[in-house]
Amino acid sequence: MNDLIHAIDTIPFGEMIVRAECADDRAVREILRKEHRDRWDLAVLLSPAADNLLEEVARAAADLTAQRFGRTIRLYAPLYLSNECVNVCTYCGFRRDNDVARSTLNAEQIRSEARYLSAQGFRNILLVSGEHPKWVNRDYLSEAVRIAREFVPQVAIEVQPLTTSGYEATVKAGADGVVVYQEVYDRELYASYHTHGPKKDYDDRLLAASRAAAAGVRRIGIGTLLGLAPWREEILALGTHAAHLYRRFGRTEISFSFPRIREAAGAIEPRYQVSDRQLLQMMCALRLVFPDAGIVLSTREAPALRDGLSRIAVTMMSAGSRTEPGGYEHPDESEKQFEIEDHRTAAEVGAMLSAQGIDPVWKDWEEALHG
Amino acid sequence: MHREDPLIIAGRSFQSRLLLGTGKFASHQQMAEAAEVSGAEIVTMALRRVDPGASQGNILDLLDPERYLFLPNTSGARSADEAVRLARLARAGGISDWVKLEVTPHPSHLLPDSLETLRATEILVKEGFTVLPYMQADPILAKQLADAGAATVMPLGAPIGTNRGLRTRDAIALILQEAEVPVVVDAGLGAPSHAAEALEMGADAVLVNTAIATAEDPVAMAKAFRLGCVAGRLAYLAGRPGERSSAEASSPLTGFLGES
Repeated sequence: MNDLIHAIDTIPFGEMIVRAECADDRAVREILRKEHRDRWDLAVLLSPAADNLLEEVARAAADLTAQRFGRTIRLYAPLYLSNECVNVCTYCGFRRDNDVARSTLNAEQIRSEARYLSAQGFRNILLVSGEHPKWVNRDYLSEAVRIAREFVPQVAIEVQPLTTSGYEATVKAGADGVVVYQEVYDRELYASYHTHGPKKDYDDRLLAASRAAAAGVRRIGIGTLLGLAPWREEILALGTHAAHLYRRFGRTEISFSFPRIREAAGAIEPRYQVSDRQLLQMMCALRLVFPDAGIVLSTREAPALRDGLSRIAVTMMSAGSRTEPGGYEHPDESEKQFEIEDHRTAAEVGAMLSAQGIDPVWKDWEEALHG
Repeated sequence: MHREDPLIIAGRSFQSRLLLGTGKFASHQQMAEAAEVSGAEIVTMALRRVDPGASQGNILDLLDPERYLFLPNTSGARSADEAVRLARLARAGGISDWVKLEVTPHPSHLLPDSLETLRATEILVKEGFTVLPYMQADPILAKQLADAGAATVMPLGAPIGTNRGLRTRDAIALILQEAEVPVVVDAGLGAPSHAAEALEMGADAVLVNTAIATAEDPVAMAKAFRLGCVAGRLAYLAGRPGERSSAEASSPLTGFLGES
């Protein structure tokens, strides 16, 4: 059996949750003093005791973030290529049985969107798409990457899981990053949300990040969609996944995302709501256990929360986002994946960061680094 | 005293023994103020962050090129080839033909790859670059890099961004004993006392970024590091007495023996 699948399937949740439930202030403070922390420490940092000490935990996390990343946050923008999708994920606006306006950008439209983002100051674009083998296949993705690279040095993709050779093709086209969230690490719940389409295959999705790393992708984003399963267990699984990737693929940069389910057309209500406070607690916990991991925050979250979190653990933010294909040049003509909360422009987000004593970093990559 | 004690790298003379990294400051303005009070004459910058098309400006726009030597670094490079391409880009862009070589394949600790660092140094020296390689605190490698034509060697005090100080003290002492090029302790220095300690040992200079840029008051910390470097260098030149396990009388106890 694959050792990542084995690691995920044998997480001692019961003992970890007991460890968390039994933790007191002293146990939390002891972990804050440590130089290196492990997954048992992660469990304690996700505990009610750590919640009681959240200010102290946040200070430790903020110090570590500043130490490793400086007083900087990198900015990026998503570029939605297509909302065509063959999957049914019951929480998503792009689900195939949802009767909404569909579109897939052609080369000229991709160029136009990338040009717009570049003019806004972005030098890092995330290409996003639903899963549709007819519209969004390997050739299409490689072409999309090449077009985006005409305008910016750094391009990542957030699309369906690819094969190793599929990832190699996107690297060759000039992408350096891949984002692939498991969405839900709990197998049973995963099956209940992903009812039709290739995304039903839990293991294939779980192994996608490893295939990307093996293919030479330098930045890999993993994450869990909050609201679909109990959050402590999800974060413990996310931590286990990251630890595996660090051990196996030392050359790969890992980042975490914790998108909270947002309202989308025809989608379900989240069953396991996560509060702002819990969101902060899990970010701090992962920062303290993985000091060098990126932490990404999208415009799904409201401005005041984004501003606060940016001082503690976040290392990368999107800004001025549109979540429908073609949405920058032609807003509201296609269905959005989800509603965003932070409607500020890129320049406004940059100014907010500067006002908080954080240098907004637009460009953090150079053509010459593409192997 | 400084006037008679310059730091000389590749034939260029500098009064300051503090090199400043610019990557982690809260703003360009704050970085420029810190640079000013630090007294630094060499400032490093990441080539991957240089953006000729940026409307927001670049990190070095606020620094006077007459006063500072801009030392581009190859941070982000994970192989010799990538570092070499970056250095060529810096030269082609008219930025510099000096390069701080960083080859750090593993993003989780950013420790330098010794083999690739040596290989990139050989290539870049042949192409006429002035190469300042960031390296493991390894005396053998220091020798190899100097033999390959490196202008300095830059051993790490501790992993980058950790503020842990001179964890590699013993190895750095060996590098200093044999050094034929200036030794600049780079990475991991978290306090002015760490910088002073490195210079007391005889290191020629230190490079600091995190400890200054992420301090509560970076400008004040820049000044503290300047003073730490001055103190450490003065102590080194003054001939710091060796440590002793017990107190020692200042007049020799056996002085009378020679008087017969």
